[in-house]
Amino acid sequence: MKKMKNLTKAQKSSSLTYAVVIVAFAIMFALKTSGSLSSKMTGMLVPICAYIVMAVSLNLVVGIMGDLSLGHAGFMSVGAFAGTIAIVSMQYNGVESAGLRLVVGIIVGAIAGAIIGFLIGIPVLRLNGDYLAIVTLAFAEIIKVLIQNMYLDLDENGFHFSMVENTNTTNLETARLIIEGPMGIRGITKISTFVAGFILVMVVLIVIFHFMSSRTGRAVMSIRDNRIAAESVGIPIFKYKITTFTLSAAMAGAAGVLFANNYSTLISAKFNIDTSILVLVFVVLGGQGNMLGSIIAATALTILPEILRGFSDYRMLIYAIILIAVMLISNNSQLKAAFDGLLIKLKLKKAPDEEEGGKA
Amino acid sequence: MDDNKKYVLECENLGIVFGGLAAVNDFNVKIGEKQVYGLIGPNGAGKTTVFNLLTKVYEPTSGSIKLNGVDTKGQTTVSLSKMGIARTFQNIRLFSNLTVAENVMVAMNQNMKYSLFESTFRLPRYWKEEKAARAKALELLSIFDMQDFADVKASSLPYGAQRRLEITRALATNPSLLLLDEPAAGMNPAETAELMHNIGKIRDEFGISILLIEHDMSLVMGICDEITVLNFGMVIAQGTPAEIQSNPVVIEAYLGKQKED
Ligand SMILES: Nc1ncnc2c1ncn2[C@@H]1O[C@H](COP(=O)(O)OP(=O)(O)O)[C@@H](O)[C@H]1O
Ligand SMILES: [Mg+2]
Repeated sequence: MKKMKNLTKAQKSSSLTYAVVIVAFAIMFALKTSGSLSSKMTGMLVPICAYIVMAVSLNLVVGIMGDLSLGHAGFMSVGAFAGTIAIVSMQYNGVESAGLRLVVGIIVGAIAGAIIGFLIGIPVLRLNGDYLAIVTLAFAEIIKVLIQNMYLDLDENGFHFSMVENTNTTNLETARLIIEGPMGIRGITKISTFVAGFILVMVVLIVIFHFMSSRTGRAVMSIRDNRIAAESVGIPIFKYKITTFTLSAAMAGAAGVLFANNYSTLISAKFNIDTSILVLVFVVLGGQGNMLGSIIAATALTILPEILRGFSDYRMLIYAIILIAVMLISNNSQLKAAFDGLLIKLKLKKAPDEEEGGKA
Repeated sequence: MDDNKKYVLECENLGIVFGGLAAVNDFNVKIGEKQVYGLIGPNGAGKTTVFNLLTKVYEPTSGSIKLNGVDTKGQTTVSLSKMGIARTFQNIRLFSNLTVAENVMVAMNQNMKYSLFESTFRLPRYWKEEKAARAKALELLSIFDMQDFADVKASSLPYGAQRRLEITRALATNPSLLLLDEPAAGMNPAETAELMHNIGKIRDEFGISILLIEHDMSLVMGICDEITVLNFGMVIAQGTPAEIQSNPVVIEAYLGKQKED
C-alpha cells in the first residue's frame, strides 16, 4: 500500500491496464483451451485484439496529441496488405515457420504504416486546425480504391506489378497471384492466433505508456493542452506531432496484419470509412487519453453486435441506442450523477466517501 | 552602440500595425543585465503586444530586436526560447491536464537528450535524465513553496498558484530574460506583496533580467530599476520610478483613464 502511494497517477493507470489485459487474456485463454467458448466467440478473439490495437493507437492521436483523424482504417489497410504480401512471399519461398512469418509480416506492416503515416503527416501536421481529419478521410478512401486496382504476382523471377491485370507474370504455372484487384488477396493461411494478438496488444501498450511518460509524450500533451505556451517553452510542434502520428500509423499497420491473417481473404473494401468511424467511436466512448477505456470499448462494441444477433432486425437499432446512452451518460455530468446514484442504490458501487476511504 | 554596457534586450523602433491601427509604434527599450524593468500603461496600451513581438508570436512590421547582442530576425517563438527568452501570459496558459511537475519538465525538454528509442526501451540515459529533470523541477517549485503539489493536476491549483507555476515553468527554460505579463493580476494584496518579493529574489538568484508588465503603476514602483510607460502604442515616458511618478504626462494618462472608468 505504501509503495502504491509512491507511484504517480500515470504509473497506476498503466499498471491497472496491463493487469486487466493480462487477467482477461488468461481467463479467455483458459476458457478457449478447455473448449468452453462458442466457435463464434473464439473467432472474435483475434479481431478484438486487432481492434484494441486500433483503438489505443488512434487514442494516441485523438486523446494524447489532440488531433482528429478520420482515416485510421487506411493505415490498417496499408499495413494489412504490405504485411500479408510479405507473409505470402515468405510462404512461396518456403519459410515453414508460421510464427516467423507472422512476426516478420507484422513488422513489415508496421513499417509500411509508419512510412505512409509520415508522408501524409508532413504536409498536414504543419497546419493548425482540423485539416488532419479531412486529409486522413480522403487518404483512406484513395488507398481503398488504389488497392482495388492493384495486381501483384510472384514467380521465380520475383514480383510483377500492374494496375490493369494479373497477366504480366512470366510463368503462370508456378506463379502466386498475390493481389487480384477488387478480389484482394485470396488463399491466406490463417496464422494469426489469440496469443499473437495478446502479445501485440501488450507490446503496443508498453510502447504507448512508455511514450506517455517520456519527454516526447509530455511535449505532445503540452501542445494539445496549450500550443502557444508549448512554443514559448521551446517545443517544436511539428517534430513532435509527426513523431506521434507516425508511431500511431505504425501500430495501425501492425493491427492490420494481425487482422488480415485471421481470414482466408483480404479485401481493401473492409477498411472503409465505417471502420475508421467505428475505431473513433471506441476512443470517444472509452474516453480520450484513457487507454483502458479504449480497450474496454473496443472489446464490448466488437462483441455486442454478435450478442444482439438474436434480435435480428432490431440489432443495429439496439446497438445504436446503447451507444448513444453510454455516450450521454459518460459525457453528461447530471446523467452521470444520476447513473452513479442508481448504481449506489443497487449496491453495485460504493458511495463516494466510502470509495475515498477505501483508497487511502 | 552608444556605450560599453552589455544589454540583454535592445529594441529599436519596434512597431506593428493591425489592420491600419498601430498597436505598437516606435518602441525603444534597452534592458541591462540583472535589471527588473517595468512596462506599464492603461488597458489596451499595447503592453502584451510588445511581449508578443519579442517572442515572435507576431512578426514586427518594423524595427529590430536584439537579444544578448544578437539580432533575432528570422527567429521563431521556439528558437527564441533556446536563445534565452521565457514568458508568462496575461491569461494563464498552463498545460492543464499535466501535473505541476510535468508542466515544469516540459520546459526542460530542450536540455534533455534521450531519444524516443531510449525511452521506449527504458535505457539508462532515460532514467538518468528523467531523475535529474524531476529533481530540478522540484527545486524550481520550491522557490514558490509548491514542491508538495508536484503531482497534482495543474488545473486543480488555485488561481494564484497557477500564476506562480507559470513563472516556475518559464524559469525552467533557463532564460536570460524573463517576461512577466501582469503576474499579480487576480491576486490579493498579501499574495501580491509576496510575489513582488519573490521577483526580486529570482533576479538575484538566477542573475537574469526581468521585464514586467503591470497594469497598476504603484505596484511596480518598489521593485523596478527602470520603467517605460506606454499609451495608445506610444512610449510616453521612460525613466526611474521617481521620475515616472512625477511625470505630468504619465499622471495625465492615468488620471484621464480613471475619469473614463
Ligand atoms: N492580434 C491582434 N489583432 C488586432 N488587434 C490586436 C491584436 N492584438 C492586440 N490588438 C490590439 O492592440 C491593442 C493593444 O493590445 P494589448 O497589447 O493587449 O494591450 P495591453 O496589454 O496593454 O492591455 C489593443 O487595441 C488590441 O485590440
Ligand atoms: Mg495585456
